[in-house]
Amino acid sequence: MAHAETQTASHHFTTTGLDNRKVAIWMFIGSECMLFASLISTYLIYKGKSVVGPFPHEAWTNPATGQAFPPILDIPVTSVSTFVLLMSSLAMVLALAAVENRGKPVPPGLSGKILSSSKLWLFMTCLMGATFLGFQAYEFTSFVHEGLTIRTNLFGSSFFTLTGFHGAHVTAGVIWLGTLLAIDMKRGLQPKDAVWVDIAALYWHFVDVVWIAIFTLVYLIQ
Amino acid sequence: MATVAASPTYTTAGARRTGIMDWLTTVDHKKIGTLYLHTALFFFVVGGVEAIIMRWQLMRPNSTAVSAEVFNQLFTMHGTTMVFLVIMPLSAAFFNFLIPLQIGARDVAFPRLNAFSYWVYLFGGLFITIPILFNAAPDGGWFAYTPLTGKAYSPGQNMNFWVLGIQILGISSLAAAFNFATTIINMRAPGMNLMRMPMFTWMSFVVQWLIILAFPVITIALFFMQFDRFFGTNFYVSAAGADPLLWQHLFWIFGHPEVYILILPAFGLVSEVLPTYSRKPLFGYPVVAYSGILIGFLGFGVWAHHMFSVGMGPIADTVFGVTTMLIAIPTGVKIFNWIFTMWGGAIRFTTAMKFAIALIAMFTIGGISGISHASPPSDLQQTDTYYIVAHFHYVLYGGAIMGIFAGIYHYFPKWYGRKMDERLGSIHFWLNFIAFNLTFFPMHYAGMLGMPRRIYTYDAGQGWETFNFLSSWGAFLMAPAFLIFIWNFFRSKTRGEVAGDNPWDAATLEWSIPSPPPEYNFAQIPMVTSRYPLWDLTHPERMKDIPHSMDGWDEAKLRTGEHVTATGVHEPDVAPMHIESERKSAKELGIPMPNPTIKPLWVAAGILVLFSSLPVMYAGKTLAAFAMMAVGAVMFVGFLYAWLTTPMEDAH
Repeated sequence: MAHAETQTASHHFTTTGLDNRKVAIWMFIGSECMLFASLISTYLIYKGKSVVGPFPHEAWTNPATGQAFPPILDIPVTSVSTFVLLMSSLAMVLALAAVENRGKPVPPGLSGKILSSSKLWLFMTCLMGATFLGFQAYEFTSFVHEGLTIRTNLFGSSFFTLTGFHGAHVTAGVIWLGTLLAIDMKRGLQPKDAVWVDIAALYWHFVDVVWIAIFTLVYLIQ
Repeated sequence: MATVAASPTYTTAGARRTGIMDWLTTVDHKKIGTLYLHTALFFFVVGGVEAIIMRWQLMRPNSTAVSAEVFNQLFTMHGTTMVFLVIMPLSAAFFNFLIPLQIGARDVAFPRLNAFSYWVYLFGGLFITIPILFNAAPDGGWFAYTPLTGKAYSPGQNMNFWVLGIQILGISSLAAAFNFATTIINMRAPGMNLMRMPMFTWMSFVVQWLIILAFPVITIALFFMQFDRFFGTNFYVSAAGADPLLWQHLFWIFGHPEVYILILPAFGLVSEVLPTYSRKPLFGYPVVAYSGILIGFLGFGVWAHHMFSVGMGPIADTVFGVTTMLIAIPTGVKIFNWIFTMWGGAIRFTTAMKFAIALIAMFTIGGISGISHASPPSDLQQTDTYYIVAHFHYVLYGGAIMGIFAGIYHYFPKWYGRKMDERLGSIHFWLNFIAFNLTFFPMHYAGMLGMPRRIYTYDAGQGWETFNFLSSWGAFLMAPAFLIFIWNFFRSKTRGEVAGDNPWDAATLEWSIPSPPPEYNFAQIPMVTSRYPLWDLTHPERMKDIPHSMDGWDEAKLRTGEHVTATGVHEPDVAPMHIESERKSAKELGIPMPNPTIKPLWVAAGILVLFSSLPVMYAGKTLAAFAMMAVGAVMFVGFLYAWLTTPMEDAH
């Protein structure tokens, strides 16, 4: 990793003054916007189009068997996991700041020590990301037990695919940040490595922002 | 940083590999371009043979040369091959070879990612092509409309190869697009502001944005189809309430920008060729650039003109009809700019120039037939007939392929240091030009007489016989034309006339360095003062209307830091515009070059194994499929980590 930042054949000089990786990650995020736009649009187009239940916000009784299904989505539980994911962005900001400010004098007192620990904040980001994934695993399992699988109806297909894609992005982010944490533990991330943390952070914030859209459109708006 | 005076000492690359390993491990954009070029020419032969078999079948009524099932595979694979495995990669060959040379860079922004893109393309291409040898190739049309391509109506493995293969190819295109867009944004030589970029780089830049924004949409559409076929979801299952138009919308939101992804690089190439052989700067350069951007924007707003016949209602039909007519304006602007570039020029009719002029003429015919189905009522008469086939071959063959041939003849001397034979080139051009028109012009009439697309045979007595007979002979004539090209291409590599640095007296940066270019491209990065920097040196009389300035120099010198000493004298790494003919090794010049590596190839192979596991699962061999998934995932993750943790260059 020590020299992995030398990504270009002609060093140092770039036309915009930005690092190549940073330019590339912004374009990647642009591309990801179209990816999630397609997923979210499909979910919204198929909203209310399922010919059989269960449904997200309404109870449903199977006319053939008489079995009753409650509304599937549990907004309070998901609100908690949403809050955790949003807080992870704060930890991410602190982790990046800690790496960028390494080598500068640490502010006095305990809070200064805590704020300057990139390991702590990288770990907290990972932990909160993993917590979110845990909530999602719980949510998926309980939905399946309640009778909604990816094959059941259009709601099941589009819901599990949309949130599953988001979950996969969070998983990739946790692995990415976990890798940075491992490097930090091994040799300590320095300000010159900050762009590695920076692009991971941009990705992480993007994944958070997408979740705000998903949570609003899928869970909150009935 | 601003006062660093000493040039760093580099220890350049260890052992350079030779022979086949050199190609498997290369990260040099020029060699990767060469790989793209040859692989795409191979697939061109494959797609061409498919076309010739189809034309053999359609030459006479009620022919039985191939069955309906085989015919379905042939037209599906012909379209898929020509779009994804020929024209896009031929463009990618030029992106690779030309973009860094045109903007004065030593490589692309991410050389190893570039190698990765190529290997994913190769594996994806083989994945989707090889099944045709086992009579199991995709057979649902290149746009794979659901529900026909769903599990219920296409239960075989055929469409699995399509949906997975296009997914693999999408990874390649996206990775390359991030790479080239970053390269163009961030690695231009000092002084090369956007309005000084060569037009090919401009059009490529637009194309990268189209790929970045359009490919994710097809990725999702493909995932839905994949999930439907492999995991039993309901995205395209009408019985579950699914919208039968969802796939069509998602596909064409990608598919129409894709049309411009195919044509804009060729527009860029002829915008280099025409000024060179007209010995005049490109007429209205800024307008050509802006119209390219406008085409890119409008290209996202016209997709539903592919769907007029599905019954979207008068409002949607009207809106998409109008936007489609609008997009003709920037395209027409380009045509006039090219004509005015030639106007009053001292034209040399080289092979490249002939192909470029052919693009202008043939693309105009295709454009005009395109306008004729921008109007929904008119389109309803034409849709799904051979008139449409004629139209899109005039824009894709008459446009994209003609432009790419112009580019190959024009850039061959830079690529290999020798010229292609002009006499053979001329024969190739005329034979190809006549064969092309003989093939596709009669299709307009066959279509107007009602001959539908994609039929594997037809009855006599409907007035279609003569037109089909002519089209088939045209197609058969294309084969010798292409063989002459291939012979010329391979022979000229070793026996062509030695070209020198700038055989065509061209004006852009790539012609200021030796042919073929040394691995580092530029010994000293040139500082650019105008749009045609070489003509500033050699033909100042052509440059009187071209804006010049030293804009960006001071800023560039300051920002590079290393190149500026305390006294303000810049280091030899950046120099005023000059011609380099001396050839030294990167080591002698102290230029750090990325090390060759095989890891991107293995990461790509991991992706191939991962995707290959799904047809195995579909065949019911679940255990084997899971084993393949595990192996593929381990290869992918393992080699990716190995790649990312290996420095690209030796320590310095």
